[in-house]
Amino acid sequence: MSSNDLTPKQRLAIERAKMTEQAPERRVTNFEEVNQGLPEAVAVKEAQRCLDCKNKPCIEGCPVGVRIPEFITALAEDDLPKAAEILLTDNALPCTTGRVCPQEVQCEALCIRGKKGEPVAIGWLERFVADWAAQHADTPKLFGNKPAKKTGKTVCVVGSGPGGLTAAGELARMGHDVTIFEALHATGGVLRYGIPEFRLPKAIVDREVANLESLGVKIECNVIVGKTITVEEIMEEFDACFVANGAGLPMFMNIPGENFRGVYSANEYLTRVNLMGAYRDDARTPVVRGKKAVIFGGGNTAMDSVRTAMRLGADPAIIAYRRSRAEMPARIEEIQHAEEEGIQFDFLVAPLEILGDEDGSVRAVKMQRMELGEPDASGRRRPVPIEGSEFELEADVIIVAIGVLANPILTNACPALDLNKWGNIIVDENTMTSISGVFAGGDIVRGGATVILAMGDGKHAANQIDVFLKNI
Amino acid sequence: MFEVISNEVLTDNVHRMVIKAPRIAKSRQAGQFVIVRSDADAERIPLTIADADVAAGTVTLIIQALGDGTRRIVGIEPPDGLKDVAGPLGLPTHIEKWGKVACVGGGVGTAVLYPLAAAAAEAGNEVTAVIGGRTEPLVILRNELAEFCDDVLVATEDGSLGTKGFVTAVLQELLDDEAKRPAAVFAVGPVGMMKAVAEQTRPYGIKTLVSLNPIMVDGTGMCGGCRVTVGGEAKFACVDGPEFDGHLVDFDELASRQATYEKHEKHEACRLAQQLNEMKRGQK
Ligand SMILES: Cc1cc2nc3c(=O)[nH]c(=O)nc-3n(C[C@H](O)[C@H](O)[C@H](O)COP(=O)(O)OP(=O)(O)OC[C@H]3O[C@@H](n4cnc5c(N)ncnc54)[C@H](O)[C@@H]3O)c2cc1C
Ligand code: FES
Repeated sequence: MSSNDLTPKQRLAIERAKMTEQAPERRVTNFEEVNQGLPEAVAVKEAQRCLDCKNKPCIEGCPVGVRIPEFITALAEDDLPKAAEILLTDNALPCTTGRVCPQEVQCEALCIRGKKGEPVAIGWLERFVADWAAQHADTPKLFGNKPAKKTGKTVCVVGSGPGGLTAAGELARMGHDVTIFEALHATGGVLRYGIPEFRLPKAIVDREVANLESLGVKIECNVIVGKTITVEEIMEEFDACFVANGAGLPMFMNIPGENFRGVYSANEYLTRVNLMGAYRDDARTPVVRGKKAVIFGGGNTAMDSVRTAMRLGADPAIIAYRRSRAEMPARIEEIQHAEEEGIQFDFLVAPLEILGDEDGSVRAVKMQRMELGEPDASGRRRPVPIEGSEFELEADVIIVAIGVLANPILTNACPALDLNKWGNIIVDENTMTSISGVFAGGDIVRGGATVILAMGDGKHAANQIDVFLKNI
Repeated sequence: MFEVISNEVLTDNVHRMVIKAPRIAKSRQAGQFVIVRSDADAERIPLTIADADVAAGTVTLIIQALGDGTRRIVGIEPPDGLKDVAGPLGLPTHIEKWGKVACVGGGVGTAVLYPLAAAAAEAGNEVTAVIGGRTEPLVILRNELAEFCDDVLVATEDGSLGTKGFVTAVLQELLDDEAKRPAAVFAVGPVGMMKAVAEQTRPYGIKTLVSLNPIMVDGTGMCGGCRVTVGGEAKFACVDGPEFDGHLVDFDELASRQATYEKHEKHEACRLAQQLNEMKRGQK
């Protein structure tokens, strides 16, 4: 039966699909992807749950405005090339966002079916269509990969995270000559060094980058803007610049004992494991494989760290969070996966001091219980310490995942860039900074945000750069 | 790929490598370092930039091959190249015209010291180098330093060259002699040596700069793995340093943190030796 023939009642009768997952007891022993993807028949059926409603609120919920109902309708009719074409036109990295976007607070939160029952699994469908497209990249009319006529204009993109990759792709398609400068030896930004393989296979990042290269984008790794070259020097070499160098400066807790061996920032821990491959037995770069791990924080970074620690042998692997489960900013699916895997959660606690043994390795953390007090300025009830509630938790690995700030390495070397009081670059509504021709987006502008917002900035900036280049 | 222009052996396992890296050569200042990866699955190793030639677009590194990572780097000969060379990282050294300056180097620390001493001499200081090692072949860059230093004093633990003992004994002689007493001291070497020098100069109130070498990953302030305590504050050595006031550094913490992966390194050495044996057996 063609999906067109389905009545709304029939659509409403379909239950939300279940994701095929590696079983929890198995997946904690490996780094392979947890979600295995939907089989085609299941995806098509899930797509048929979409009512193609008049107001299409889901599109409002998407920071890059993907025409969600259109690609889902095409999928419901099993027209995969069409679904893929729509999705890829609107979203440069759909294999990635289909896996890491917080759909439950974006598109799916607004889905009309969520009002009574469960929303359409938009994220899983996005992933399904994107993965299909990647496997059928030779399908004609997919990807607007035929670069436009060369404009002869040059653009430098700083950083190869989602913001930089998106901007580079868009600019190359417009016919500009694009070079990416990346500080690390590998591309992808947080997608490579932060988000673990079990959530976002690195083969996906490789593929997205190869795609850019086939569009003619040049990538130079090991170039640290602010050190190897300054923004000023870039503007002597290029016609415009897009700065998307992320927010790579880890925050610590500033409590005693934080420099004991085995205490890591999440950035260091995850970089060792993901970028440097420390999870492999033959890796050259080591990481402390703790038997008891305590992770501070409640966001995606904390979830990635704790689940990585468990996969490296920690038991227990514990999340210690200041507030309660409801306030954790992590994607809901990651919290659920962590719970299934046996991660322990200690809510309403705060660390007082990290304790070490005689050779300087961490052995425990001293903590205090909190209770929710009066609401603070943001309206959230503020955690206040309960007196006399101190306790010790044994740990030989501690990971601090309480957030990141703007890394000043680029901005310090470029005083002409206006910054806000947290060191983030200030941009106007066209994403231009205080320097003409220099644009910025992603985490360096927003502070630690999301992949899709960085991508949205990249896309917006590319359009604005195009306008700028036409006028010079 | 960063082409290796030359790779010469200075002594034992100490190599001088000249590497094509035009952007780094152009922006580099004394005291800065690069992070090098020899090949695709190698560690990221921080190495001081000993010298640079802007016209030729090259940087010079002096490398003592001690661990697996450095051994793989010095194993690369022209016309091959190093997979990754990133930099220049860290802050440039802080040089003033102090007058008399003592530059104290222990072991491979002398390679880090070399560009600092050169910059100090360039700024018009009267530089005395005090360098040492366990035994003669481990004392490096003696002739190179002599080119611009007013004096190069040597100490070896076994007495095979110069004074028998530690560099600190030689430095003490300079401190004791008012006519020779330096106004500033640079000390680079093992943590214990830098700590000892800092303690020696403290009573005299002599400005003492040390160059720290904690474990690093990215070298850009992104991971915090290189954090050291200086004057009671946490600093990231890769971006706030590597040079710090020796009188303020918590050397004991630095030494402890440096030893974090000792077990891994031993294990790694065993594994490599085993592989080698297997290869040899396979050849037979
Ligand atoms: C562990 C972890 C998990 C996360 N999980 C999610 C998730 O599930 N969903 C989600 O939406 N978001 C998630 N985030 C947040 C998301 O990854 C970021 O918001 C996003 O990557 C920001 O993109 P960006 O392009 O601005 O910067 P980044 O991804 O940070 O990329 C910046 C790039 O610039 C490079 N760079 C830095 N400085 C320089 C310089 N001076 N010169 C040259 N290059 C430089 C960096 O090396 C890096 O490659 C997570 C973040 C972390 C750390
Ligand atoms: S090496 Fe990562 S912050 Fe210094």
